Amino acid sequence: MRIKQLSIFIENQSGTLIRVLELLGKAHIQMIACTIADTAEYGIFRIICSEPDRACSELKAAGVAVTISEVFAIEMNDRPGGAADAVKAFSNAGIEITYMYAFLLDGKGIMIIRTDETEKAREVIKSQGLPYLCEKDFIR
Amino acid sequence: MIWNPTKECMSREQMRELQGKRLHKIVEYVYHNVPFYRNKLQEMDLSPADIQTIDDIVKLPFTTKKDLRDNYPFGMQAAPQSEIIRIHASSGTTGNPTIVGYTRKDISIWSECMARSLTSFGVTRNDIFSVSYGYGLFTGGLGAHNGVETIGASVVPASTGNTEKHARLIRDLGITGIACTPSYALYLAETMDKLGITKDQIKLRVGAFGAEPWTENMRTEIQNRLGLKGFNIYGLSEIMGPSVSYECDEQHGSHINEDHFFPEIIDPVTLQPLEPGQTGELVFTTLTKEGMPVIRYRTRDLCSLLPGECPCGRTNVRMSAIQGRTDDMLIIRGINVFPSQVESVVLTMEEFAPVYMLIVDRVNNLDTLMVQVELRPDYFNATLDTPAAISELEKRFADKLRSVLSISAKVQIKAPGTIERSEGKSKHVIDKRVLY
Repeated sequence: MRIKQLSIFIENQSGTLIRVLELLGKAHIQMIACTIADTAEYGIFRIICSEPDRACSELKAAGVAVTISEVFAIEMNDRPGGAADAVKAFSNAGIEITYMYAFLLDGKGIMIIRTDETEKAREVIKSQGLPYLCEKDFIR
Repeated sequence: MIWNPTKECMSREQMRELQGKRLHKIVEYVYHNVPFYRNKLQEMDLSPADIQTIDDIVKLPFTTKKDLRDNYPFGMQAAPQSEIIRIHASSGTTGNPTIVGYTRKDISIWSECMARSLTSFGVTRNDIFSVSYGYGLFTGGLGAHNGVETIGASVVPASTGNTEKHARLIRDLGITGIACTPSYALYLAETMDKLGITKDQIKLRVGAFGAEPWTENMRTEIQNRLGLKGFNIYGLSEIMGPSVSYECDEQHGSHINEDHFFPEIIDPVTLQPLEPGQTGELVFTTLTKEGMPVIRYRTRDLCSLLPGECPCGRTNVRMSAIQGRTDDMLIIRGINVFPSQVESVVLTMEEFAPVYMLIVDRVNNLDTLMVQVELRPDYFNATLDTPAAISELEKRFADKLRSVLSISAKVQIKAPGTIERSEGKSKHVIDKRVLY
């Protein structure tokens, strides 16, 4: 039910972002979505991409601090309040969301949710019938 | 194994008697051959006849690094140039280098001390031994080299630099022993990882590590990564070079070759001798040196002499690990801080690579300390993928630092490979303070 996301530790200075992006480009990894949680000194660069396992080992081999985090990818209703509905399902169940971000994929709004309460989240998704995406939906 | 049981296992009374005789002789020798010492002794109204036993050593004047610099290049040399067969020079980053000339007898004693050290580490004539201290003016390379030849092992004079080639030689030749700085050993381990050389492909079993301070945690890390047993070897070119002292199998302090180098521990401020077990500045008198003997040389290394007998059977006194340098000591907000203290904390945290940098600055008349560490790629995992988790890690490190240093430090976690590694003595401090 979860998909693999790359999490990369980068320093907040010029040259660090392009280095990671070029490594991915050279490895023919297709980026689908990304976001950066930044602080003054460093950032966690999160990427949804094709072949996350291969991407991770390519980056590791180049000495990058990278890891795979598993996250939920929920499809939102394409109307005002659609995002709120998705989050409400989680928050009503008392699930803490560590972080979230959203993007469009093939015209659909996708919300990425990271939580440590995996089992509870699975139940909510099932019981509420939330449409979700799997690993195969991101193959490019 | 013990190379020279007569000297390494001598009774304490015999040792003190031998030291007393040798001290009298060396004082007489420098009095007649080094104007610097003759003048000093005359100023203090002392003559060689006043020095008869080893206890008389406290009457003698100290020698400092500055004295050696002021007498550059040959002012401290006692033997005539025709007797000198080798000249080394210590690094002169802050002034004149120190020039040390060795007679044939000096080199022979040095080789003997080095052979005692290597034998204590378990090296025999059946070993293939790589010397990866720098060869050249630095005493490490040639000093270790002579010792390996003395015991009859096969020496591979790898020196420093070209680490990739060296890593392949360790694998291909089945090298069993190595002498280098501990930081170079870690650099070598990193290089092997990069080349895909694994622990089971190499035969290293003994490491002789010295020329810079290191910690037990660093020892564990080197041993785990290279699959060898690591021993401390201590020395300094002003006294001889590596093998002034060496560890035994007990690894509880390093035995000093005190039939040649007499140790004292003094308070670096009052210059008064301290009791066994107390930490202070290490002072050495060379008892047999001909080329450049020194009397009560202040090493600026901080350590203690360990009281009691060693289960290994050696009776020569042991010194603790070096706990810092009197001149590496940073005074930050009035508190004495040693880079080695920071290192000991870094090495307790598996999330970090064993490298670090202290950056000291002064902002609005207040000293600031920042400690940079590097995230180790293997330990970056899904639980660390938020700024909150990283700052939690920073806080944990900062708390540990504060409890060891007694001052608070700002912590900065850096990406892998971004802190500079050095192949020689590691540089761990950037002091940006401009003081007027």
